[in-house]
Amino acid sequence: MPAPRTIFDKIWDRHLIEARQDGNDLLYIDRLLVQENVFHAFDNLRRSGRRVRCPEQIFAFTDHYVPTRDRDAGIADPEIRNMVETMQRNATEHGIALFGLGDVRQGILHVVPPEQGITQPGLIVAGADSHSSTHGALGAFGFGVGVSEATHILATQTLWRRRPRTMRIEVSGRIPLGVAAKDIVLHIVGRIGADGGVGHVIEYTGPAIRSLSVEGRMTVCNMSIEAGARAGLVSPDDATVDYIEGRPYAPRGEDWDRAVAWWRGVATDEDAEFDREVALDADRIAPMVTWGTSPEDVLPITGAVPDPAREADPERRDRIARALAYMDLVPGTPLAQIALDRVFIGSCTNGRIEDLRAVAQVVEGRRAAIPSTIVPGSGLVKLQAEREGLDRIFRDAGFEWRDAGCSMCVATNGDMLQPGERCASTSNRNFEGRQGRGGRSHLVSPAMAAAAAIAGRLTDVRALDRQG
Amino acid sequence: MEPFTRLTAVAVPFGQSNVNTDTILPARFMRRPRDERYPDYLFHDRRFLPDGSENPDFVLNRRVYRGARILIGDTNFGCGSSRETAVYALRDYGFHALIAPSFGDIFAANCIRNGLLPVRLEGDVVAGLRDIAASAAPAEMTVDLEAQRVLAPGRAAVGFDIDPFDKECLLGGLDDIDVTLRGEAAVARFEAGYRREFAWLYRRSR
Repeated sequence: MPAPRTIFDKIWDRHLIEARQDGNDLLYIDRLLVQENVFHAFDNLRRSGRRVRCPEQIFAFTDHYVPTRDRDAGIADPEIRNMVETMQRNATEHGIALFGLGDVRQGILHVVPPEQGITQPGLIVAGADSHSSTHGALGAFGFGVGVSEATHILATQTLWRRRPRTMRIEVSGRIPLGVAAKDIVLHIVGRIGADGGVGHVIEYTGPAIRSLSVEGRMTVCNMSIEAGARAGLVSPDDATVDYIEGRPYAPRGEDWDRAVAWWRGVATDEDAEFDREVALDADRIAPMVTWGTSPEDVLPITGAVPDPAREADPERRDRIARALAYMDLVPGTPLAQIALDRVFIGSCTNGRIEDLRAVAQVVEGRRAAIPSTIVPGSGLVKLQAEREGLDRIFRDAGFEWRDAGCSMCVATNGDMLQPGERCASTSNRNFEGRQGRGGRSHLVSPAMAAAAAIAGRLTDVRALDRQG
Repeated sequence: MEPFTRLTAVAVPFGQSNVNTDTILPARFMRRPRDERYPDYLFHDRRFLPDGSENPDFVLNRRVYRGARILIGDTNFGCGSSRETAVYALRDYGFHALIAPSFGDIFAANCIRNGLLPVRLEGDVVAGLRDIAASAAPAEMTVDLEAQRVLAPGRAAVGFDIDPFDKECLLGGLDDIDVTLRGEAAVARFEAGYRREFAWLYRRSR
């Protein structure tokens, strides 16, 4: 019997081309996902006189800079327009498939590939964006790369990498009503810290993770990077196979049977060992909300703004004080009393159809008390939501219903918070200035964002349900 | 890439954990070309006040740290986004070496490929170096990649570990694409077998 292996080791071993004595391995990369910011990589290629080695394994997206409204009017800002046009030009020049403006499939580079069947179990999916960990939800080894590594992949379809350590996060128990995948991952980031996963790849296991839909798993894997882990994955199961079947890039016929056999075999073996183990209980997780400027600054909605004076560690005390100054929060304030200016729903973390259904469930028949925007993760998510009549529910509740893109999560297309504005956001980063200079972000689940929109403040979605 | 061998320069203490790449380079500058304005984008929203003037409280703006080429950070420096432009900004401002207990994984990989040396040392050692950089400012330190050690005034030399491949690339100013392409035959061999086994991955969508 061969030694039991993790899914991560199986994927690594199958993609290993060459192992250097010093521990660096040359890995074959199945798919590279690129977006507008990668223009430097194409410039690098051009300067060095190299070409894209395997264009059919590269997928290009316009998502960070595209407008999410009034698309017919074009892009007024010349710098922003240039980013979108440069991506289009580079894709055309190098023969790369582009999911661009005018294509109903256009959307975020972490929403579209699973939707299209481009992401499959057992693959190595590199993305020129840190949230490429999302693809791990399907049992792929997905991780973010910078422009230099993207250039390396474009030129060679490979990457040098040292094998990271492995961490298993086992989530047992049942997920309580009103608690979402987002709450689980926020809880995890709070528990292990923003640097807890540095140097590691995380596998999420346990009944609570198994009970999540594939989309919910994407939300969890997406935020692995917020705990410092470049990749997070879930071993494939029936839900994974069902999810992929019939998608445009999914294998068919005989290919399908061979693919499914490989996918099932790639799952982590029983008794496989991990370098680090973390266990938590889903039953104890409540809807979460961040209060500070790191995703690790997170508490249940029933909690209160922490008091730096009660913190023994001076470094941590300073950090909390600094975060509270930026967030303009007073220690001891109940989180559910924090008034908001705006709500943003969308992003690669929470811009999929199930996220929008969760929002619709909360807002149906109610009215948003503050400006609230919904940005679907892809054109197909938008279309699906409209088929289900969700857009009607959103509009009737006073929400703005936009076109697909990263929008206010990264605030590079012009959608951004104004200085001092406070926002409940389903995105992934509450860093200082992330959603606009001086903007204050509270990360929450889609249902919690919906409840916040109705209440005009942070609120416990479970309480809103009781009020009817 | 310019080779990195040995650097002696003023070190600036930057004692905050989880400094993210949005802070290092705010996202709105990513669309700008890498030209002579790039150094100004570094830590922009902390270095400059909303009216565009320098923030006198920000450490890089203190006179003793002008010209600093070594930054001594804290845990998880460079976490968050994969934007390599954060490294461009550090590099173009003049930083050649960073010292911290840990770095964001993607950030550290980006540093190596831009001739910016990330030195990992134990937390208490880094704190000690930060103290020297703060109390004896402007304190010159030496980062010697060949010998893998850091020299600071008033204390014994500290050795550090680095991946041998990263060291080789930095010392030689090597482009790892060249290294890989020298082994292209092995890649082609691997790929031929891989494509047979996973033929469906190469079919166009239907």
